[in-house]
Amino acid sequence: MSLSKIKFDKKIVLSFWIILIALIIAAPTLLPVFRLNLLGRYLSLSIVALGVDLIWGYTGLLSLGQGIFFALGGYCAAMYLQITSSSEFPNNIPEFFALYGVEKLPFFWEPFRSPVFTFFAIWIIPALVAGLIGFLVFRNRIKGVYFSILTQASLLVFFNFFNGQQKLINGTNGLKTDVTQLFGQMVGSESMQRIFFWITAILVIAAWFFAKWVVKGRFGNILIGIRDDEPRVRFTGYNPVIFKTIIFSIAGGLAGISGALYTVQSGIVSPQFMTVPFSIEMVIWVAVGGRGTLLGAILGAVFINYAKSLVSEALPASWMFIQGGLFILVVTALPEGVLGWIQGDGPRNLLQRFGLKRKIETYPSLEINNKEGNNE
Amino acid sequence: MNNRDLLNLIDITVSFEGFLALNKLNLNLKKGELRAVIGPNGAGKTTFLDVITGKVKPTKGEVIFKGKSLVGRKEHKIARLGVGRKFQSPRIFENLTVKENLEISVTTPKSPLNLINKSIKDEQLNEIDRLMKIVNLAQKVDSKAGSLSHGQKQWLEIAMLVGQKPDLMLVDEPVAGLTDEETDLTADLLKSLSGENTVVVIDHDMEFIRRLDSNVSVLNQGTVLCEGTMETIQKDKKVIDVYLGRPED
Repeated sequence: MSLSKIKFDKKIVLSFWIILIALIIAAPTLLPVFRLNLLGRYLSLSIVALGVDLIWGYTGLLSLGQGIFFALGGYCAAMYLQITSSSEFPNNIPEFFALYGVEKLPFFWEPFRSPVFTFFAIWIIPALVAGLIGFLVFRNRIKGVYFSILTQASLLVFFNFFNGQQKLINGTNGLKTDVTQLFGQMVGSESMQRIFFWITAILVIAAWFFAKWVVKGRFGNILIGIRDDEPRVRFTGYNPVIFKTIIFSIAGGLAGISGALYTVQSGIVSPQFMTVPFSIEMVIWVAVGGRGTLLGAILGAVFINYAKSLVSEALPASWMFIQGGLFILVVTALPEGVLGWIQGDGPRNLLQRFGLKRKIETYPSLEINNKEGNNE
Repeated sequence: MNNRDLLNLIDITVSFEGFLALNKLNLNLKKGELRAVIGPNGAGKTTFLDVITGKVKPTKGEVIFKGKSLVGRKEHKIARLGVGRKFQSPRIFENLTVKENLEISVTTPKSPLNLINKSIKDEQLNEIDRLMKIVNLAQKVDSKAGSLSHGQKQWLEIAMLVGQKPDLMLVDEPVAGLTDEETDLTADLLKSLSGENTVVVIDHDMEFIRRLDSNVSVLNQGTVLCEGTMETIQKDKKVIDVYLGRPED
């Protein structure tokens, strides 16, 4: 049983890799730029989903506030792009400042003149914010539903703050990136978008390897231990607060990278990234794809979002019903998600129910014992 | 208190909103001792363990372990000082394999950096092999702990406790739900562990306690009613009253 499962897992993983690599190589030539850009955006969302899987699927922390870190990453990228493309505007600062009569660049924009700083800020700032929020919450032993509510409340605080700060970050209008310049090229141009697609594809693979490395071995086992029985972990001599803070911080960093990639490919970052439904959707991708599988998070994010855009084009306004229905279906019929269901021999059981496949021997060991008994 | 003592509980009082779960409890344990703690339901047996392991902070009193006060320390710090605990119903990590469960217990240091950076040490792997043989789980190394039988789960948890190498082992009802044969084996295992380790066993299975052949403390209404060998306490009038009830009451 366990052996056949391992082989089966390997088959899934291998076929996933072949499909993925083939897709990445073929996509830029096969797909029109519009579709390629959509695929790139959804691939970047799969990085934030990987983080959700690490904290929720493995560690049992259901965060409804990942939008905070996603948006922070996006803002870091957008601030850099805006400031490097502002030489022809009044006072050499981004154009929107003129609307509100701001003449001097707010101090926190200054470091974003540096590409190196921005490169690190995109993932370190969200990771630090997540680490800080996480540490305060976990230290006070807030968990379960209270943790989820608290993360959602934090999301609303960040949303309202960013929404109201016109003079600092253009408030509700957000920061546009498509008309900015990067290395002398327009960010929204076709050639740049193609490059962003490649970068995204590579980073998704890198993030997947990284997440796999985190959950493999004893560190990952402690995360699962915290999810299943946190007091037991504590009485064994581990401090769950540190482990939870680290993993929450990692998920925050992944969300930041995801947000930055999403921003440059969608052309704008705005407080809309921090709305409540968007952060809940991230959880739905992981739930549908399969909690605690990593691969499920990637597949869930890409397929649900692609389905969303296809359905929305054909039948506008019906997507919300379909998404809600999908979530209910998964929660009731496939609690382990699609990938979890496949790994748990779900297809075989389904075929058996319709009499299409022979049942496997339930107790092969009994037979072996009998044979041995006869020999004696 | 003398310096051969491993643990001293001094006038421990635990009050849950006025209800005294423990009431001026005093108890001393020598190094290497095997001690059974019995008592009727609600006598405060589990609260007694909660106080030592840091889950419950005593309202009054002191817990001295290896000369250090444990009051106010966090659970994981107390565990690292050398106090191990086995819970009443088996608390193991059901989604991990038997081996992974034991890895969690034998790993030192228990810091995230050590866990993510380094692979497990050879001597720790040997220790896992040894433990699995002691508790007869060598065949089940790679099985999910959740698929074990109740008795095997109890033993896995005992093995995890031993793997932590604690100076003080607190064992809460280790034979609940075990067969007679398993109960006997568990008693022998716990006896063999004492001497090198200090073991406190909480139970109300009298046959099992008799088999341990150790000193017994009887708890009642949050305080120690009587201490001594099994024979002494069975003759003690107060103990008989508590367990059998006075006819005139």
